[in-house]
Amino acid sequence: MSAPLLSIRNLSIDYVGAEANFHAVKDVSFDIGHGEFFGLAGESGCGKSTIAFAISRLLRPPAIILEGSQILLAGRDVLGLDDAALHALRWREVAMVFQSAMNSLNPVLTIESQFYDVLKTHTGMSRAAARERAAELLGLVDIPTDRLPAYPHQLSGGMRQRIVIAICLALSPKLLIMDEPTTALDVVVQREILERIHKLRQELGFSVLFITHDLALMVQVSDRIAVMLEGELVEVNEAQAIYRSPHHDYTRRLWASIPRLTGERVAQDAT
Amino acid sequence: MSERTPILALDNVSKGFGRAGARVLAVRSVSFALHPGRTLALVGESGSGKTTAARLIMREYHPDEGRLLFHGSPIVGGTRGGLKAYRRAVQMVFQDPFSSLNPVHTIRYHLERPLRLHQPALRGADRRAAVAEALTRVKLEPELIVPKYPHELSGGQRQRISIARALAVNPEVIIADEPTSMLDVSVRLGILNLLNDMKRTLGLAVLYITHDIATARYVAEDIMVMYAGQIVEWGETESVLGNPQHPYTRLLLSAVPDPDRRFTDTRFDDELGRIDVIRRQSAIDQPEVREVAKDHFIRPMPA
Amino acid sequence: MSLLTQLLHNKKALVGVTILAIITLVALFAPMLTEYSPTQRVGRPHQPPSAEHWLGTTRLGYDVFARLLYGARVSLAVGFGAGLLITVIGTVLGIIAGYKGGVVDEVITFFTNMILVIPNLPLLLVLAAFIGQATPLVIAIILGFTSWAWGVRVTRSETLSIRQRDFVKSAEMLGEPGWRIMAFEIFPNLISIVGINFIGSVIFAVITEATLEFLGLGDPNTVSWGIMLYNAQNSSALSVGAWWDLLSPCAALAVLGLGLALINFAIDEIANPRLRTGGMLARWSGLVRMGAGKL
Repeated sequence: MSAPLLSIRNLSIDYVGAEANFHAVKDVSFDIGHGEFFGLAGESGCGKSTIAFAISRLLRPPAIILEGSQILLAGRDVLGLDDAALHALRWREVAMVFQSAMNSLNPVLTIESQFYDVLKTHTGMSRAAARERAAELLGLVDIPTDRLPAYPHQLSGGMRQRIVIAICLALSPKLLIMDEPTTALDVVVQREILERIHKLRQELGFSVLFITHDLALMVQVSDRIAVMLEGELVEVNEAQAIYRSPHHDYTRRLWASIPRLTGERVAQDAT
Repeated sequence: MSERTPILALDNVSKGFGRAGARVLAVRSVSFALHPGRTLALVGESGSGKTTAARLIMREYHPDEGRLLFHGSPIVGGTRGGLKAYRRAVQMVFQDPFSSLNPVHTIRYHLERPLRLHQPALRGADRRAAVAEALTRVKLEPELIVPKYPHELSGGQRQRISIARALAVNPEVIIADEPTSMLDVSVRLGILNLLNDMKRTLGLAVLYITHDIATARYVAEDIMVMYAGQIVEWGETESVLGNPQHPYTRLLLSAVPDPDRRFTDTRFDDELGRIDVIRRQSAIDQPEVREVAKDHFIRPMPA
Repeated sequence: MSLLTQLLHNKKALVGVTILAIITLVALFAPMLTEYSPTQRVGRPHQPPSAEHWLGTTRLGYDVFARLLYGARVSLAVGFGAGLLITVIGTVLGIIAGYKGGVVDEVITFFTNMILVIPNLPLLLVLAAFIGQATPLVIAIILGFTSWAWGVRVTRSETLSIRQRDFVKSAEMLGEPGWRIMAFEIFPNLISIVGINFIGSVIFAVITEATLEFLGLGDPNTVSWGIMLYNAQNSSALSVGAWWDLLSPCAALAVLGLGLALINFAIDEIANPRLRTGGMLARWSGLVRMGAGKL
């Protein structure tokens, strides 16, 4: 197997408190291969989002990545980069989509200007070239190009989320991090968006780190899945194995608590 | 559905918002009935009108057309007594457990208030016993919980308190508006089980409003699928979900995450291929109702 | 309960409460702290501070220290009296307007805006001039009835947002009467805003009372800090070098204002946890400097 795109080793992150630290991430290690769709599952507060922020070095105090942690992206030590290198890393190599990203579009700028902002800052592209690239990117996420002069409030939540994804793909990053990207959206829209990402990944070859609490959805789209509990990785395996033969008791309990659409109303507890 | 008089029924109710000219009907000719000991699930996306339907029942809104029937007779706004009885009989469990309890009051206060209001004869030790019973009913430890403030409890515990509080006035109907969507996966089932138990032991009629069809299947005997203010398909849950007839229902079902199917393997492939058409056509007014199986109806989508 | 313990752990609050407590005690026990009467000649005019007269004497030979002590009574009484009146009117109207909505809201908002657009100090000047030489009680009442509008604004907007929370709806559904919802569900959630409004109004009332008296609109026979300033100014205290006559009441007003302002800051800090990250951030930067980790 060739070297993985992202390699996380012994990652530990604390949130500093006035008296004691809260250990949000405890000695976590995993790899994401080139072009792989990797799922990170867990309940609220388990540390999954903290990991996502650590990879793009977007954590804010009082969080602290403890000494001894290692994050390698395409062989480069992300934790050793200075501010200028980090600026280049974000968007160009790692792009991030949040649950509320659709509300992060600037309400007073047109969609076209938002693309132009990103493209100009990072590549110095001209307005005409940026318009062409923006049209191309909108095509990728199935939005007609006549929407370029629109303002964010004129578009639905699903469309805005797709536009954010298109902006994230503007600089062809190697890794797309999606933190609950569709949780605030309806199932049909969620399905449309994830299907699109699924196809784009195959066409463009980027890797995806997909974070959600929805295990069923994760099994549908991911190649491999890691399950987190209270800051620790309890199980990492192929998606189908996580579903059909979970090893860890917590994973089994999660499955047992998810109502099903067909067959038994809930999965029989495999214990 | 049973032939007896339902506790609560919406009879051909419509409700619109906005001024003439730009009027949007949030709920269009909606009829359904709630029966004791049964759960009716109202499933739809955001903006489908399901929350408006709940608010019509809570009498936050008043119908433009149609009637709200309580034990078979329309509710007249004029009589205060009748309205008070209705308010007591219909209670709601909210979606957000973090906003449904007042942060400045203890759990004891939250559970004592409904008792003081509706059973003023209950005093001292009896009232404390009733509070303890309400908590035991929702499987919480009374001694531990009673002196606590909401922020000291988990989301699941708070939702149990909300249920205990709604039950404290001995209601006949519970409106549960997405009661689990803000909870962690591992505690959702506990809340749903609790709703199921209450329904059976207390003979409650439950309206379960959700966007999550799988949980609807877990709690509801009957289901309605709502889109753009219309109920497009309704009937017994197993019949509707096992043999969906309306294209919108089929679309919704194929979009629900199902770990048994990869993205390439879908249940109703055709529907996923024409999402926009289904959305547009299903939004059109459709007065026609067709019975597709026993107790299973659709409003056929115009071609 | 927790609000009180939090207040006691806050340094600003501690200093502020101490200042306020000292001034209050001094005002209460004034007769025991000085042998002189504040309204009698006890020495020769404009004596500098000495062992006999700690803060010197005024032009008329009154003891400045004695007048300062007794004057605190008036300043505190007017401040807290008017502050209370302002806060009660503002809070009650604000909650009613925010919760009831509709016509009630429109009427209250109309009157609030009407009061808000009239500049406050000129209005007070006109009223005070019209009444003539106003006693402190009259000044307090005028202040109370002309300064509540800001409180209504703030309380109303906060009530509007709390009204949307599900616990208000759930109380309505249980059949709680409206007054109980306003008094027991909404009001306790407004405590910090009401507290800030109250302390702010007290500061405003103390300063405004002194201002009105200094401008000569008060009753010159009262013993208060404002009248002390008025008399000192009239007797050209500074130009004859009697700085103690003018600076003593100034300093007293400043210290009282400081104490109250500190309490206000403390309430704000406790109500907005974002403003108080001190200990945590200090530990964080310590850890980063030690090389225990990074962002």
